[in-house]
Amino acid sequence: MIEVKNISKYFEETRVLHDISTTFERGKTNLIIGQSGSGKTVLMKCCIGLYDVDAGEIDFDKRRFSNLSDRKKKQIRKEMGVLFQGGALFDSFTVEENVMFPLNMFTNMTMAEKKERVNFVLENVNLEGTNQKFPAELSGGMVKRVAIARAISLMPKYLFADEPNSGLDPKTAERIDILLSELTKKFNMTTVINTHDMNSVLQIGEKISFIHKGELWWEGSNLEIMKTDNPQLNEFVFATALTRRLKS
Amino acid sequence: MKVFYQIGEYVMLIFQAFKRPDKGYVFRRQLFIDFKRLGTDSIGIVAIISLFIGGIIAIQMAYNIDSPFIPKSTIGFSTRQMLVLEISPTIISLILAGKVGSRIASEIGTMRITEQIDALRVMGINPANYLILPKITAAMIYNPVLIIFSIFLGVFGGWIAGSFTGLVPSADYLIGIREWFEPFTLTYAMIKTVVFAFIITSVSAYKGYTVKGGSVEVGQASTEAVVASSILIISFDLILTQMLLA
Repeated sequence: MIEVKNISKYFEETRVLHDISTTFERGKTNLIIGQSGSGKTVLMKCCIGLYDVDAGEIDFDKRRFSNLSDRKKKQIRKEMGVLFQGGALFDSFTVEENVMFPLNMFTNMTMAEKKERVNFVLENVNLEGTNQKFPAELSGGMVKRVAIARAISLMPKYLFADEPNSGLDPKTAERIDILLSELTKKFNMTTVINTHDMNSVLQIGEKISFIHKGELWWEGSNLEIMKTDNPQLNEFVFATALTRRLKS
Repeated sequence: MKVFYQIGEYVMLIFQAFKRPDKGYVFRRQLFIDFKRLGTDSIGIVAIISLFIGGIIAIQMAYNIDSPFIPKSTIGFSTRQMLVLEISPTIISLILAGKVGSRIASEIGTMRITEQIDALRVMGINPANYLILPKITAAMIYNPVLIIFSIFLGVFGGWIAGSFTGLVPSADYLIGIREWFEPFTLTYAMIKTVVFAFIITSVSAYKGYTVKGGSVEVGQASTEAVVASSILIISFDLILTQMLLA
């Protein structure tokens, strides 16, 4: 479980996050939702340690993580997989080399063991046989899936995904959502997904945190979100004609 | 103030880069990749420029020495001295600043804007160490080899040009290139080369690493890397020449 306790973040004089407290639970897909510019990416970057928080604490299974030096964060980072918005695959590496990279850096596995692990995770994201392809040869959905494979190659306890289905067609986006949800259950991970996609919210949102203007405005599940009377959340959830029709 | 901020940021980045690599074999693999990308891939341009510059120096010397009291062997001697002391270590380093420097800045800059550096960091890897240290090490080892190669090709180019134009008798040229050779000049050239290699790789890596924005900023960082490296090379050339030869 990840505990976020009263965190605030400022960029110079601008307040981006204010007194946010929440928990992300193990074995569940925890979603952070909000409009563009609401602060959800900053919240996620604070959680993965790319930004230091100006106030508050972040604990991973009771272990303090926020504001430690990179050296001290290292142990928890080895238990963390991160899927970036654009995939962030290494261009000069093949799919296999990308997925094998964390194994090369943090394990003493033999080459045969590493190849076996690579094939196992690629199979889990339905990308068997793509080992020798380069990122430039892959479609957007495949890039995301390779990035997921790399993120889970060390069998992490915590998986973070920043807008995993942005820029993808609805069918591929749904496949990515289902994949993340299935992997969360299969490996019992604490998964945190940053999204503003309502399909994802309704499909896999077991625990949803709604961020508005840098503050936590609402928490609940995908079943509860449709019935909420929170005006800011309603404005976000029912922003499209499709969701308005669903409600009526 | 911005200059002081950048100097501080640069020093901190280099300090981060010069830490013990997480995995020795990963570092060695990166090092060999960078030997090829930064060194072997530059052999062609170094060879062409050195051959032509050697030839041009020999011809210009021959045209400008018109006194019968100055032996023709002076042309070979002067060509060798110019190549060893200045042309190969400095001019070739300036060319490498353009070729290698822009490559490093754009490669690392692109990694920055596509979140690849963030990905390394959240994996618990020191990105500066992983990306920059092999490049600095590769250039500091490989560039002296390139410069020695350049000196030999430049001298050879001078001999070819002198012989083909008939301006310098081959025998005189060959005597000239062996006259009054002071081994320290070669040491001086190698010291300069190693310092310049450090400047090219570290400054370019810094410019790429600190990019913010998109593709336009990566292009800008690449240009700034070449300009800054070139100015620093010339400045350190003056300082090192005064320190080592005066």
